[in-house]
Amino acid sequence: MKIKINGGSENVGSNLSLAQLIVDKKLSPEKIVVEYNLRVVPASEWSGIIISDNDSIEILSFLGGG
Amino acid sequence: MDNALIIGGRQIQNRLFIGTGKFSSYPLMKQVLEVCRPDVVTVAVRRVDITSKTENILDYIPKGCVLMPNTSGARNADEAVRIARLAKASGAGNWIKIEVIQDNKYLLPDNLETLKAAEILVQEGFTVLPYMSPDLAMARRLADAGVSAVMPLGSPIGSNRGIKTKELVQIMVREIKVPVIVDAGLGRPSEACECMEMGCAAVLVNTAIAVAGDPVHMAAAFRQAVEAGRRAYLAGLASGSGDALASASSPLTGFLR
Repeated sequence: MKIKINGGSENVGSNLSLAQLIVDKKLSPEKIVVEYNLRVVPASEWSGIIISDNDSIEILSFLGGG
Repeated sequence: MDNALIIGGRQIQNRLFIGTGKFSSYPLMKQVLEVCRPDVVTVAVRRVDITSKTENILDYIPKGCVLMPNTSGARNADEAVRIARLAKASGAGNWIKIEVIQDNKYLLPDNLETLKAAEILVQEGFTVLPYMSPDLAMARRLADAGVSAVMPLGSPIGSNRGIKTKELVQIMVREIKVPVIVDAGLGRPSEACECMEMGCAAVLVNTAIAVAGDPVHMAAAFRQAVEAGRRAYLAGLASGSGDALASASSPLTGFLR
């Protein structure tokens, strides 16, 4: 299954939840925000979202800026 | 003697806002924030580098600071709104610095797109502080839209050229009901002091502190300058005569003639 994460293409297995993807990427859930197909999804919804082909996921966090 | 600056329901003690970009390390930035104790700190929102483990900036910002994410990277109102919503979803609170820039050469903001974004975000309950080119008519429109402050630039971002827009900012300070905060371009503590003497409510400084030889001492110097300028404003500056003639400060009549 081919999806987009932060603009880059990636192949992932089927039946993968958004929550599991975050775990696989070794990201701390409390420090990121996830946009799933252009919709901001709170962490409480991650486990209920099963990733499908061609999904687009943006994973963002804060960094230094003025 | 000072009247409190209140933005978004928060009482602001320290009128020096600090930007967190360009520091050589997060621990150094943390030291600066500990010395300066700002009420308001800006951060940016970016894609996580999923290929490497990076430190989280929030671990280095003292609790109690108001986080003001900016919408840097946005080229139009829609992108600014999208970034603002993401920032809010991350639990950073509801403050947002709107920054809409299409001009990569001078990084000057697009005031019209900024207004469009401000109108939407105020409706959504954000505490909105727009970065703008100093323009009285636009500042009035932004104030009417419900922004919490307006933030005109002193000179282009990161240029350290000081308050080149002084006359225009002064007009805004005189005429606009919401706080006027000079954001961008201030390179020296004396320039921050000058803004405060003019009656600006606060200043936002990043580059001048972050890339100084000793950022911690420079931050302390900026803090003192902001306090001095504010105090001078409240004390009421002696007005100039308008011409270049001197006005004696000691009596000129006396015993020698």
